[in-house]
Amino acid sequence: MVDEASRGPDLTRPKAQAALKRYWRSNLRIMAVLLVIWASVSFGAGILFADWLNQFRLPLTGFPLGFWFAQQGSIVVFVLCILSYCLAMNRLDRRHHAELEAIAREENEAP
Amino acid sequence: MSTQGWTFIFVGATFVLYLVIAWLSRVQDTQGFYVAGRGVPAIANGMATASDWMSAASFISMAGLISIMGFAGGVYLMGWTGGYVLLALLLAPYLRKFGHFTVPDFVGDRFDSDLARVVAVVCAIFISFTYVAGQMRGVGVVFSRFLEVDITVGVVIGMAIVFVYATLGGMKGITWTQVAQYWVLITAFLISAIAISIKLTGVAVPQIGMGSTLRPEFTGGDIVYFLDKLNQIQTDLGFNRYTDTFVGSWDKANVFFVTLALMVGTAGLPHVIVRFYTVPSVKAARWSAFWALLFISMLYLTAPATASFARYFMIESLNGQTEQTLPEWFRNWEQTGLILWMDDGDGQVLYSAGEDNEIFRNGKLSAAELGSVRVDHERWLGSGGSQGADGRAVLGAKGLSGPDGDIIVLATPEMAELATWIIALIAAGGLAAALSTASGLLLVISSSVAHDVYYRVLKPDASEKQRLLVGRTVIGLAVVVAGLFGIYPPGFVSQVVAFAFGLAASSFFPVIVLGIFSKRVGTVPAVAGMVAGIGFTGFYIIASVYAGMEPWTFGVFEHGISPQGIGTIGMLLNFAVTLGLTPICKAPSAASQRMVDTVREPEGAGPAVAIERAPQN
Repeated sequence: MVDEASRGPDLTRPKAQAALKRYWRSNLRIMAVLLVIWASVSFGAGILFADWLNQFRLPLTGFPLGFWFAQQGSIVVFVLCILSYCLAMNRLDRRHHAELEAIAREENEAP
Repeated sequence: MSTQGWTFIFVGATFVLYLVIAWLSRVQDTQGFYVAGRGVPAIANGMATASDWMSAASFISMAGLISIMGFAGGVYLMGWTGGYVLLALLLAPYLRKFGHFTVPDFVGDRFDSDLARVVAVVCAIFISFTYVAGQMRGVGVVFSRFLEVDITVGVVIGMAIVFVYATLGGMKGITWTQVAQYWVLITAFLISAIAISIKLTGVAVPQIGMGSTLRPEFTGGDIVYFLDKLNQIQTDLGFNRYTDTFVGSWDKANVFFVTLALMVGTAGLPHVIVRFYTVPSVKAARWSAFWALLFISMLYLTAPATASFARYFMIESLNGQTEQTLPEWFRNWEQTGLILWMDDGDGQVLYSAGEDNEIFRNGKLSAAELGSVRVDHERWLGSGGSQGADGRAVLGAKGLSGPDGDIIVLATPEMAELATWIIALIAAGGLAAALSTASGLLLVISSSVAHDVYYRVLKPDASEKQRLLVGRTVIGLAVVVAGLFGIYPPGFVSQVVAFAFGLAASSFFPVIVLGIFSKRVGTVPAVAGMVAGIGFTGFYIIASVYAGMEPWTFGVFEHGISPQGIGTIGMLLNFAVTLGLTPICKAPSAASQRMVDTVREPEGAGPAVAIERAPQN
């Protein structure tokens, strides 16, 4: 299927498998949080509650709030969502990398 | 210098730039041809993705649509940006880890089936041709409006340019030209938006200007928020308030469904997805999604400001004017038919939402048809209503009230009385937007045929040289076909953009997401899901656009769901069918499950496998 050797650790080993499982769970958690934010600014504030929010204004501006979310706010939040995802995943990747290295060291030391 | 002189200079200079880049980035192998050798830095890929994504429609038409739709314009703003969140979180990093060249590659390998591969190829080609025809048309339109050459000549020039850099450099040439095209189009878009914002509100950032107060000279000294003033003008003339939510057929359900369909469709469009194959690593794939959306948001956050400013200018600078005092931009654009004035006899312009509206557009009317409407209208005026026909009623009945949306971006610099070279820059920007998107789509078509069908299915033992030759030939042919679509547009082009998004949303997105996030989903449910999604979406769009079917309300919604939003239902159907069949069908092979694991594992995504040496060959 794929050239396993050039594609990261040997996933047939149980320890690497377990590390991947932990990594994947954290990934799903980060994703879920960001997707909730994504949906609540666009579908929540920008659409479902837009008519209600329109009675307020974005402080210090002339924007009705629902209108602002639909045309400006949600896009700004989208950009921030992806930025936080990149930063969080970089950290997670580093931790995962360290874990894999520890496993490799352990296995090398073992007779 | 005249606008036309400047336009020749700018368009000529940018074209020379694209050709130089093409020559510098010519390639000799399929890696370079399909995925730019996987050596594109994340930030450059972000720019390339941005201009790949922002088409003639984003650049020229979107602000005009928002200007007319008001709040509901948010559908396009959120829909065409929100998809990138889905791309970044759900697709890009995993597809990059998977490697290979195309979207059908992933579908075919993950579900271990040539049938799935071929279904994916058909979707990819259909989506791309639909889209590319519109781009070529856009090229022709820009040429004819700004340089006064024939649309056909314009399309041929555009085709020639794309042909050179796409066949020479493949994805590599396309990527670096797209980077240059991004700067051309964004500069053009921002300059006029900033100038008009300063003129109206005194704030140099249009996004802030839109929420600020108008300059006192426009309000007679009062301090009034720009949007409040715009709302008030709109109400006075019988239009809906600009910022009011959910008016007319844009009810809550439709806004919701269309937005979701556009988001998911964006994430499923093959020419966007393949861009993430070109970066060196998984990490770079994530970052390039971030850069892409950041660069896209430069235009998408500005467009609503341009839209509302232009709306204000349009109404204020026309109403109450007479033949003698009409602004110059009106005269220039009147010749194109994008905006027309049919006086009711009082000699004063009135643009309103009512029967007394005097501002129209020519739509699809030919010059002869429009001429006869004008003659009848003159007779009607001259005879005091006893002869001829009221042109306002005639055009109103044809649904041609109000100016054409495209005029918003095209004429904004003139409305704001900017220098002629800025107007010329808009022409170069529009061409950059159209050409960059066209080239990305052509590459998808070429790779679908030359890689997925010719190499993966028909002739797996083809040599590198043969494959490159086939790739170049197909892209060359595709340019010609796309150009023909541009010159002889099939009537459906403008209507079927919804089709492209609907199909992408109901086919690729669910199948790829499930392919990554579930190890249990196997071949049969995936193919059945794709077929059900596309089948339903295709049926609904064709039936409602061509056969006049009433949009369905599904028994819950007040208005029927518009064909633009049906992709959402198609996607849900695809998910439902796939997940419903999964428990009763065979689980994927151990090899496929292992593949899912390697796709999830972030380590070790260096340069991907050279396909010739990969074990399956």
